[in-house]
Amino acid sequence: MAKAEKRVIVVGGGLSGLMATIKIVEDGGVVDLFSYCPVKRSHSLCAQGGINACMDTKGEKDSVYEHFDDTVYGGDFLADQLAVKGMVEAAPKIIKMFDRMGVPFTRTPEGTLDLRNFGGQKNKRTVFAGSTTGQQLLYALDEQVRKWEVKGKVKKYEFWEFLRAIKNKDGIVRGIVAQNMNSNEIVSFPADVVILATGGPGQVYGRCTASTICNGSAVSAVYQQGAEIGNPEFLQIHPTAIPGSDKNRLMSEACRGEGGRVWVWRKNPETGEKERWYFLEDMYPAYGNLVPRDVASRAIYKVVVHMGLGMQNPNRVYLDLSHIPADYLERKLGGILEMYTDFVGKDPREVPMEIFPSIHYSMGGIWVDRMHHTNIPGLMASGECDYQYHGANRLGANSLLSAVYSGMVSGPEALRYARAGETGEPLTKEEMEAARKECVAEFDKIRQMNGTENAKRLHHELGDIMYKYVSVERDNNGLDQCLKELKDLLKRWDNIGVTDHGSWANQEAMFTRQLRNMIVYAMAITKAARLRDESRGAHAKIVLDANGERVTDEKGDLVFMNRDDEKFMRTTIVSFDKEKEEPVVTYREFEHSLIKPRLRNYAVAKKE
Amino acid sequence: MSDNQKVRFIIERQDSPDSKPYTEEFDVDYRPGLNVVAALMEIQQNPVTVDGKKVAPVVWECNCLEKVCGACMMVINGKARQACCALIDELKQPIRLAPARTFPVVRDLMVDRSVMFESLKKIQGWVEIDGSFDSVDAPRQNPYTAQVAYEISHCMTCGCCLEACPNVGPQSDFIGPAPTVQAYLFNLHPIGKYDAPKRLEALMQKGGITSCGNSQNCVEVCPKSIKLTTYLAQLNRDVNKQALRNIFNV
Repeated sequence: MAKAEKRVIVVGGGLSGLMATIKIVEDGGVVDLFSYCPVKRSHSLCAQGGINACMDTKGEKDSVYEHFDDTVYGGDFLADQLAVKGMVEAAPKIIKMFDRMGVPFTRTPEGTLDLRNFGGQKNKRTVFAGSTTGQQLLYALDEQVRKWEVKGKVKKYEFWEFLRAIKNKDGIVRGIVAQNMNSNEIVSFPADVVILATGGPGQVYGRCTASTICNGSAVSAVYQQGAEIGNPEFLQIHPTAIPGSDKNRLMSEACRGEGGRVWVWRKNPETGEKERWYFLEDMYPAYGNLVPRDVASRAIYKVVVHMGLGMQNPNRVYLDLSHIPADYLERKLGGILEMYTDFVGKDPREVPMEIFPSIHYSMGGIWVDRMHHTNIPGLMASGECDYQYHGANRLGANSLLSAVYSGMVSGPEALRYARAGETGEPLTKEEMEAARKECVAEFDKIRQMNGTENAKRLHHELGDIMYKYVSVERDNNGLDQCLKELKDLLKRWDNIGVTDHGSWANQEAMFTRQLRNMIVYAMAITKAARLRDESRGAHAKIVLDANGERVTDEKGDLVFMNRDDEKFMRTTIVSFDKEKEEPVVTYREFEHSLIKPRLRNYAVAKKE
Repeated sequence: MSDNQKVRFIIERQDSPDSKPYTEEFDVDYRPGLNVVAALMEIQQNPVTVDGKKVAPVVWECNCLEKVCGACMMVINGKARQACCALIDELKQPIRLAPARTFPVVRDLMVDRSVMFESLKKIQGWVEIDGSFDSVDAPRQNPYTAQVAYEISHCMTCGCCLEACPNVGPQSDFIGPAPTVQAYLFNLHPIGKYDAPKRLEALMQKGGITSCGNSQNCVEVCPKSIKLTTYLAQLNRDVNKQALRNIFNV
C-alpha cells in the first residue's frame, strides 16, 4: 500500500524552511509553505561572506575535527556538542549538493571551489559565491522548491503571517492560524506536524542588520503558548556594520577575511605622535583582525566608548581595504563594496569604511532537541529561530550552514514523526474555528485601538532600551532597569492608536500585533541576561561593587565576571508565565562530553 | 542642503486594487544619508500630510534594505528602482513616488509581482537534479563560465526591467527580460544544460523571446547591472539554432 501523504506546515521560506520542504516532498510528503514574503526575498539572502565546510581544497590539511573544535570553542562551550558534530560532518556534502543545484560558487583557476579565511578559524574553510553567498544559496533552494510547486507537492502561502499554533485536545500541535497580509483574511490550517523556520528576532533591537521581517513575532507567539526558549540572552553583535537610521547594514566579515584591517587614530603612548592604531592586531596577536565577532565588538566598544578614540557622535572606527589591489577586491568582495558606495556614497577601494558594531544574529531561540522537536509535541523549530549549534557565540559563516543543516534534520524528522502515528487526533472543525475566531477578535480589537501612542515610535523606544541595557556590555543594575522599562512599554502598548482602521493590507495593525510579541520576547532576553551571572561569548557582564558601582582595575579598565562553568555551563530555559505575563528562567544540562571546556583566549593560538 | 530643511514627497496612493488613485504630500525632516525607505518610515511614525490631515500610513513592501531582496521596487521620479538605495541627496525634489503599474496594485506603492515567479516556472528555472541527497559529486566548472553565471544569478526578481520594457504590458504576452534571461543562466550549468532545449522551446512560445523588441530599456534600469541585452541576444541566437535543429530533427 502506498504511504498516505502526510501534510507538513512549514512557516518561513528562508534556507532552513526551504531545505526542510525539499526533504519532505522528496520523501513523499506534501508541504504548505507560509511566508511573509515571496520566499525568494527571505532574509537568508543577506548573508554575504560564505558557508563553512571542511573542503580542504587549499592543501592546508584542514579537518572536520578542527571545524568541530573551532565551533565549540568559538561558542564558548555552550553548544550541544553532538548537534555541532552532526552539522560539521554534513557540511562538505551540503556544499556538493548546492554545487549540483547550480550555486555559482567562486572558483579557483583549476575550476574547483575557492575558500577564504573567516573569524575564529585558522584554516581557509569558507566556501563563497562572491560576497552574496546567502542570496545564491537561497535562490538555489527557491528554484528547487519551485520545481516541486509545479509538481503540486508544495503549496505556497506567500504574504501570509503565522499567528499561532493550534493544539488538539491532547495538547499536540495539529495546525496553525495565519493571516493573509493583503486581504487580512484570517484562516485556520490543519497539518500533521508544524515546523517553524521563522528566523531571528533582530527587530526587537530596532536598528540591526536583519531585514524588517525578522521580528521574532512567531517565536514569541509560540513562547506565549508554552514553547520553551533556549539561551535568548546570547545575541551576536556584529563588529562591522554601517550604522543607519533605517537599518544597520552589514559589512561582511569577509572584508577582514580578505585582509581588511580595523583601526583608529591615536597618539603613540611613547612618542606622542599621531598614528593609526590597529588595535585588534595589537590586543590579539594570534588572530588579529580575525578574532570572533563577540571579541571584536567588545574591543571596538572599549576603544571608542571607554578610551574615547575613534570617531565620536556618532561612534565609528575604520575598516580599511584601501591597501588591497582593486581588481582583487572586485573579484572577492564586489557586491558589498558596491553596497557601501550605494548607501554611503564613498568608494571603499579608496577610503577606509566607517563602521560600528550592530545586533546581527540570535544564538538563542526556541529550545529544540537534536531532532528539532520543541517541548510541545507536533511543533518543531529549525534555523535561526531555534537555539541549537552556536552556544554563546556563533562563528562567521556557520549560520548558513546551521540554517541548511537544521532543515535537513527537521524535514525528514517531521515526516518520520507524522508517519509514526504519535500525532493524535486531527483538529475538529470546532477547534479550528475557535482558534480562528480568537485571532479575528484580537485583530479587530487592534484595528480599533484609539490611544495616543504610535506603534512605530514605541518600536523605536524598544530598540533604544535594548541597545542601552542588553548589548555589548551588561550589568545587573541596567538589566533590572531594563525589565522595569519593558513592563512599562508593555502597558503603553495598550494605549496605541492606529490611524488605519480598515481591513485591506493593514500593515499598521499587523505591525502593532507584532510589536507586542517583540516586547514580550525582549523581556525573555533581558531576564535570562539578568540571571546569568558570568561572562560567556556574547554575554559580557560587568562586576558591580556593594554600592552598585562598576568595578575597574588598576588600569581603569572595567572588570568583567569570569566564565563560571560550574554554575552556568547550562542551557538557559525561559518559559512564559501566563498569569503574570513574565518570563520564568530555569537551567538545563546539555551534551558536552566530547571536547573538554578550556579557557577561550584569542590572544594566543588555540590549543586543543 | 542644511539639516533643518524638509524634503517634500508627492506620493501616488491607492486604497485597494479597484479603487481610484490619488496623491498625498508629506514633508520629512532632511538628514544626511536619508533614503526613500527611511523617509517612508518617518511618515509611518507621523502619518500627517502637509495639509495637517492625519491619514493611514503609506503601504509599501520592503525587507532587506540592502538592495538584495528586490522587495522595495517602485517608481521614483519616473524611474523604476529600489527605494532603499534611492538617496535623497541624489534625487530632484519634490520627490514623486508611484507604484510600478506594469503590475496590479495591491495598495499604495505595493504591487503584485507573482507573474514573474510564474514565468520562472515556464522557463524551467532550476537545475534538474536527481535529489538533494549528498552522495553524488558535483561536476567541475570553468571559472569564467561560473563568473557569468554569478552575474546573472544576482537577479532579484524586482521587476524594474519589466516596468521599463515597452513590450511588457496588456498589449503583449512578453514574460519580460528578467525571467527570459534566467533561462540563459540554467543553460550555462553543466547539469542544467541537459534541459536547454526545453527552455529554448519555452522561449519560442507566445510571450517568449520573439516578443522582445530590443528597446534596450531593461539594461538601463537593472539595479544589479546585469547585461540583460547581451544575454537576450545570445538567447535569441540559441533559440534560432534550436528552431533549426527542430526542423531538421537533429
